[in-house]
Amino acid sequence: MSEEMATIKDMPNNDYFLSGHGACPGCGVAIAVKNIMRILGPDTTVYVPASCLIVFSALYPTSAFRNPFLFTAFENTGAVITGIKAAQRRRGVQGNVVGFAGDGGTFDIGLQAMSGAAERGEDVLYVCLDNEAYMNTGIQRSGATPFGAWTTTSPVGKVRQGKRQMKKDIMDIVIANQPAYAATLSIAHFSDFIKKVDKAKRMKGFRFLHVLTPCVPGWKTESIRSVELARLAVETGMWTLYEWEFGEARSTYRPKEMRPVTDYLMPQGRFRHMSKDDLNLLQRWLCEKWYYHYGHEVEQPVCHINHEEKPMHFDGDPLHGV
Amino acid sequence: MVMKVLSADHAVAWGVRLARAEVVPAFPITPQTLIMELLAEFIYDGEMDADFIPAESEHSVMSVAVGASAGGVRTFTATSSQGLALMHEMLYAAPQTRLPIVMANVNRSLGAAAGIWAEHNDSMPERESGWLQVYVEDGQEALDMTIQAYRLAEDRRVLLPIMVCLDGFILSHTVERLELPDQRAVDDFLPKFAPQDVLDPEEPKTFNPIVPPEYAMEMRYQLDRAMDGASSVVAEVDSVFASSFGRSYGGLLEKYRMDDAEYALITLGTATSTARTIVDELRAAGKRAGLIKLRFMRPFPHEKLREACKGLKALGVFDRSVGFNRFGPVFTEVRNSLYDLKIPITDHIGGIGGRDVTLNDMRDIYAALERSTENGKVRPVTWHGLRGVQR
Repeated sequence: MSEEMATIKDMPNNDYFLSGHGACPGCGVAIAVKNIMRILGPDTTVYVPASCLIVFSALYPTSAFRNPFLFTAFENTGAVITGIKAAQRRRGVQGNVVGFAGDGGTFDIGLQAMSGAAERGEDVLYVCLDNEAYMNTGIQRSGATPFGAWTTTSPVGKVRQGKRQMKKDIMDIVIANQPAYAATLSIAHFSDFIKKVDKAKRMKGFRFLHVLTPCVPGWKTESIRSVELARLAVETGMWTLYEWEFGEARSTYRPKEMRPVTDYLMPQGRFRHMSKDDLNLLQRWLCEKWYYHYGHEVEQPVCHINHEEKPMHFDGDPLHGV
Repeated sequence: MVMKVLSADHAVAWGVRLARAEVVPAFPITPQTLIMELLAEFIYDGEMDADFIPAESEHSVMSVAVGASAGGVRTFTATSSQGLALMHEMLYAAPQTRLPIVMANVNRSLGAAAGIWAEHNDSMPERESGWLQVYVEDGQEALDMTIQAYRLAEDRRVLLPIMVCLDGFILSHTVERLELPDQRAVDDFLPKFAPQDVLDPEEPKTFNPIVPPEYAMEMRYQLDRAMDGASSVVAEVDSVFASSFGRSYGGLLEKYRMDDAEYALITLGTATSTARTIVDELRAAGKRAGLIKLRFMRPFPHEKLREACKGLKALGVFDRSVGFNRFGPVFTEVRNSLYDLKIPITDHIGGIGGRDVTLNDMRDIYAALERSTENGKVRPVTWHGLRGVQR
C-alpha cells in the first residue's frame, strides 16, 4: 500500500468527483466529497441516499462520480452499503464501499440503518455530511440543527424563535456501537482532514467520518465564508476535531482558547435573531461541551467566557419559567 | 433424489440452498421465521456458502438485498405481512434497477385486526410494485418455485425480482413428504448468476440516478414490457423444469378438469386443494365443474385466462383478501381480463384473517355457480364463513 498521507501536500491530484456537478458555489458538501474521493480513489463504490448530493451529482443521464454509484432511498445508507460490500467481498472485488449521507439521513431517518451496520461491524465507510438541516428540501430543521437556528420548520415566530433543542451528539451514538474508527472532520483543517480520511480508508470494519459542511443558502451566509465558518466552528467549540479508536477519544486539534460563540453565529443569517438569553444558554452549553471534549487532555484549552448564570432549560418550552 | 418430510418454510430454505444464493439478509417475523432459521443453520454449519446478514428491520433487509444484488450476487430474503409493508418503499427500487432478487412472502394478515394467520392482504397491494408474484399450493411447489424463481428472474428477457407467496401456517408450518432435487441437477438447471451490470470499480456504472421527466416514462414502459414478456419465460422455465425434474405446474395457471367444464372457480394458493376435492366430488356426480389455479398474479395471465374460460356458463373467483370497495383484488383483475367474454363472474371472499376455508365453503361456492348457470341470477359478492347477516 502507498505511503500514509500526513499533510495537504500528500493530497492526490486525481478527481473522482468531477466539476460540472450542480452544487452551489461554496458548498461544504461538494468540498468535502471532492477531497474525500481524491483520497479514496478509483477502487471505491459510492452509495448516496436522498440528499443534496444525489441531486447535484447524479441527474440522468449525467453523473459527477467516476466510480460505481448507487442511489435508492433516504433512510437506508447503512443497509445498502452492507449489501454492496457483502456482494463485492464474495466476488473478490477490492476497495472501499462508502456511503455519503446527510445529517437528516444519519441523525434522523437513517439512524436505525446506520446503527445496524455499525453494530454488526460491517466493513464499510460511512460519511455523514452535516450541513445541519434538510437543505435539499428547503432548509427544514433536523436533529443536527444547532440551538437557536432559524430553519423553515423552526422559524423566528412571535412566541418561539428558532430551534429550541440542542444539537444531537451523533458521534456519541456511533461510538456506543463500538465502531472500528470514528472521527470528526472540518473542511478548514486540511491536514487533519487528510490524515483521518486516509486512516479510515486503510482500516477494516465500520468507520464513521462526521464532516461539518457549511451551507451557503441554509446558513444564510456567503460563498466565500464556508471555510472560514468551518474554522470558527472549531475555535468557538461548536465543532470539535477528534477521533475515536480502541475505546478512546483523542482530540486532534486544540484551539488555544475558546472564542465567544457570537463570533461564529453573527456572520450567519440563521442565528441573527437570537436573544441574549438564548445566546447565553448556547454559550453555557458550549462551555460544558468544551470540557466534555478537552477536559481530560493534558494541555487543556481554557474556556474564559463569562456568561450570566441562569437556570438551563432544554425542554423546548418557550414559556419555561414564565 | 431424496425424499424428505419438510414444512413448506423449510422447503423454501432447501430451495434457496440448492439455488446457491450467496447473500441472505433477514429479519424475523412469524410465520416466515422457519425459513431464516434453517438458512442460518445451513450457513453456520458450513453446509451453505453464503453471507447471512441479520439486518435490524425489513426496510434494511430489502436495502441490503438491493445493494447485494446490484453488487452482482444471487440474493434471497423472506418476509411476511407487516414486514412486507415495511419493505414497501424498497420493493420499488429492485424492479426498476432490474435486480433479480428472490423473496418468499409467507402470506399473513396485515393489521389492524392484527393476527398472524393466512390472508393475502399483505402481498396483494404489492401487485403494482413491479415484482413478479407466484402463489404456491403445497410444500413441493414452494421448493420447486424457489429454484425456478431464480432462473425466471435472472433471465435477461425478464431481469425482475420475484415474490414466492405461500399461505402462512396452512403451508409454512405444515409438514409434507416431498422430493428434494439433486444438487447437480439444480446446478445444471440454474447456471451461476452472471449479471451484465454490476457495481464494480473495474467498470464503473451509475445505478439509479435521479431521472427527470424526459427519461422516466420510457424506463417505466420498458419495465411494463419486461413484465409482459415474462409470461412466455414462465412457460418456458416450467417446461425445462418439468424435463429435468418431472414436475410441471402449468406455468402461469393450471387448469383442472376444465376440458368440458360449464362452470369453474379460480383459486390461489392452498384454497386450490380444497376446491380440487369438491371438483372431484361434483365430477363423480356427473356435474361439469372445473377449477383454474391462478399461479401468477404478475405477470397476470390475460390471454391464458381468456383461453381457459372460453365457453364457461359461470365463473367464480375465490379471494383471500378484500378490496374494501365491494370486490376482492383477484376478482377485479379477472373480470378486467374477461370483461368482453360475457361470462357471469362472481366474487367469493373467504379465509379472511386465517379463518378456515372448509370443504363446505367450496361446496356452497360451486352450488352457487351451478345455480347461476341455470337462472342467470347472480349475487356479485359472497363472503363465505361469515357469521351474522350478509347484505
